[in-house]
Amino acid sequence: MAMERFKADVVIVGAGGAGLRAAIAVAEADPRLSVALVSKVYPMRSHTVAAEGGAAAVTQAHDSLEAHFHDTVAGGDWLCEQDVVDFFVEQAHRELVQMEHWGCPWSRMDDGHVNVRAFGGMKIERTWFAADKTGFHMLHTLFQTSIKYPSIRRFDEHFCVDLIIDDGQAQGVLAIDIASGRFTLIQAKAVIIATGGAGRVFRENTNGGIVTGDGMALAYRHGVPLRDMEFVQYHPTCMPGTGLLFTEACRGEGGFLLNKDGYRYLQDYGLGPAEPTPRNKAMELGPRDRLSQAYWHEKQKGRTIDGPHGPVVHLDLRHLGERKLRERLPQIYELAVEYLGVDPAKAPIPVLPAVHYTMGGIVADGRTASSMPGLYSVGECSSVGIHGANRLGSNSLTELLVFGKVAGQEAAARASAVAHGDDAALTALAERSREQALAVVEHGARGTERIATLRREMAQTMEEGCGIYRTGATMQATCDKLAELKQRYRKVHLDDGSRVWNTEWLLAIELGYLLDVAQAMAHSALQRRESRGSHQRLDGYEQRDDLNFLQHSLATHAGDDAPRISYGPVKITRSPPGTRAYGAAGEKAEAERHAQEDKHV
Amino acid sequence: MSEKARTIELEVLRYRPEQDSEPLWQRYTVPFTEDMSVLQALQHIKDDIDGTLSFRWSCRMAICGSCGMMINGKPELSCQTFLRDLLPGPVRVEALAHFPIERDLVVSVDGFVKKLEGIQPYIVPKVPRTLEEGEYLQTPAQLAMYEPFSGCINCMLCYAACPQFGLNPDFTGPGVLALLHRYNADSRDGAREQRMATVNAEEGVWSCTAVGYCSEVCPKHVDPAHAVNQNKVNSAKDYFLRWLKPAAAAPSKAGDQP
Repeated sequence: MAMERFKADVVIVGAGGAGLRAAIAVAEADPRLSVALVSKVYPMRSHTVAAEGGAAAVTQAHDSLEAHFHDTVAGGDWLCEQDVVDFFVEQAHRELVQMEHWGCPWSRMDDGHVNVRAFGGMKIERTWFAADKTGFHMLHTLFQTSIKYPSIRRFDEHFCVDLIIDDGQAQGVLAIDIASGRFTLIQAKAVIIATGGAGRVFRENTNGGIVTGDGMALAYRHGVPLRDMEFVQYHPTCMPGTGLLFTEACRGEGGFLLNKDGYRYLQDYGLGPAEPTPRNKAMELGPRDRLSQAYWHEKQKGRTIDGPHGPVVHLDLRHLGERKLRERLPQIYELAVEYLGVDPAKAPIPVLPAVHYTMGGIVADGRTASSMPGLYSVGECSSVGIHGANRLGSNSLTELLVFGKVAGQEAAARASAVAHGDDAALTALAERSREQALAVVEHGARGTERIATLRREMAQTMEEGCGIYRTGATMQATCDKLAELKQRYRKVHLDDGSRVWNTEWLLAIELGYLLDVAQAMAHSALQRRESRGSHQRLDGYEQRDDLNFLQHSLATHAGDDAPRISYGPVKITRSPPGTRAYGAAGEKAEAERHAQEDKHV
Repeated sequence: MSEKARTIELEVLRYRPEQDSEPLWQRYTVPFTEDMSVLQALQHIKDDIDGTLSFRWSCRMAICGSCGMMINGKPELSCQTFLRDLLPGPVRVEALAHFPIERDLVVSVDGFVKKLEGIQPYIVPKVPRTLEEGEYLQTPAQLAMYEPFSGCINCMLCYAACPQFGLNPDFTGPGVLALLHRYNADSRDGAREQRMATVNAEEGVWSCTAVGYCSEVCPKHVDPAHAVNQNKVNSAKDYFLRWLKPAAAAPSKAGDQP
């Protein structure tokens, strides 16, 4: 089968919020530059669609960039790149206004200004929202706006199987047209990866089936390190059994978390005092890592409620009343009624933590450039440095916009400055990648290992070893298990030998991506001998260790061997590591911090 | 917890263009639990029984719009349709009606996306505004004029429900007309006049025979029938205005929106 070829100035892999924003930025930077936008689904199916709560930017007069900076850095347990966080909080508002100009139906106040809501770990209300479908509206707004730009050529339902790297530089991608099974080599002078996270390496997760770490794995296999992969966010309020998300906005609007005694247990975990109305950075509006950890402790104490899918706690929204729930949380209302048979105006919703977000990703500088010339990354697949060891809710939707634009501008600048690579050399590389992808389906009939079996065993071992609390022994067992699964993966079996819409073929390739990303996570976790943010250990490393581990981990692919883990510095500009406290204790710590700063002035 | 091992039958319409000359039914037996969706049943088949069955899915929570299909003859999202409501079975599952089948439960989306691309589905500012000037002001009442029509997830169930689209695949159709109305009804937008060309065309609103089934099957309560009806009114007004004062409908003049 012949290979198609397309020459673009910039190729973008992934057409969710980040990829679309980057594509628009290239088109606006220079309409003469051609953009190839590659997605394994239609853009509006991308997982940005499922984000619910909102997007953060300093908006109110009594708020400040400094406060957003400090919430983010402390929320990330000081593993953030502080200069990048500064840039992020400065650009955030402008980007959300841009979305407004493009038509995003932000919820409004009576006077017509955009409304903001409270969110976990944020000191002041600064989260813009479109009811509880913010990601959906942002994605559709960006997709529909992208149609304005004739220089953007979409490759919908094209599955990326490899990056084409020549002369040490990213020069294109190879993709399968899913409907025909044909391959297309897309040559480009700059490549942006915007493929989203990798939550599907875990069993119970909030993510769509497409969130399989594709771009992370591809960059990693070509020698680009994955940074801070041990930091995986558990969202505290998810649906038992499926892991589907009940947005943090449920708590932003005033929802309570209750244990089996109807007691607001978070007050026992340094988040109190319990008050009847939401107080920012306290109780239910604490950060996600702390809330998920509190669930774990309640379970140990036997204070959770037994459900058909294991122990749960209750998310109680009854006191908000049906009218407010229908206005502010309409999707949550329907999910609870249709999927659980629970009317949230009348009964509490059973919830538990599930994997939600990959804080780490492809190593990127503050301008989204990776360690490889020509290769950029943006969004959840990227580690640009704003989330540290724990992301604050509503920072990631804004991240897509702020850094999507940067990635587009940087890629455009490079595409204007460099020439296309050598056609023959790139074709030869693409042919080789094509052979490898075809081998998966050609050898599949002789294989003995079922895809789903390997995937389930991977997800199970990741949950056991890299869950909310971790120990050296369980993480080691997970690392060993993953090595075994990678061996067995070589004998993966396919029922389907066809080319047209062979989704089993794609699942097999995705499983390869997942296993690589899982290894990077598990080995990074094992080597981090401290507790920080979402990485919590129970085996003698319960404390944060700034002396040895105020560092980013870097996982480097090592062929069939386990990844090599090394460390790099964290950029600290003005916020030295401090006590991470919430509730009344947090307010006290903050007062002390201010007093310290005043003394220095 | 101690639910007995119950099962349910699924009949799935298969079509593999590389080997089948026409679609054929295939029967599968899958485990049944109270909280299982039709999508989960299909995933069980794919994972453990027959890896050759192809279908689209992603979010599992009725927001990505990928998994529309005919379930017992009705257009539904398979992730939001539960086996418990389809007892005792068998459950008949086939590709969305009125679309060309690419394989099994996968239909061609291209025609729908082309229509969507063709209606200027973006804000053309009525009054230009710089980012430095901040957001456009829009009251909750102005938001309410278009917000209900902005909830379309492009799942295309309404097209599978629409008899007119079944007869004439060129009909712009309910989902895209609802999206068109979403932009026309937005207080920030000034391109209503241009979009009216699509509305007025033979394949525009006048192809609709007001069956209303599109709104009934919409999983997001967008009510495309209402959008189409409003545009019939607008189209009629537009038509008479052209006769009365031809210049009024010309795109060069400012719109007649409030």
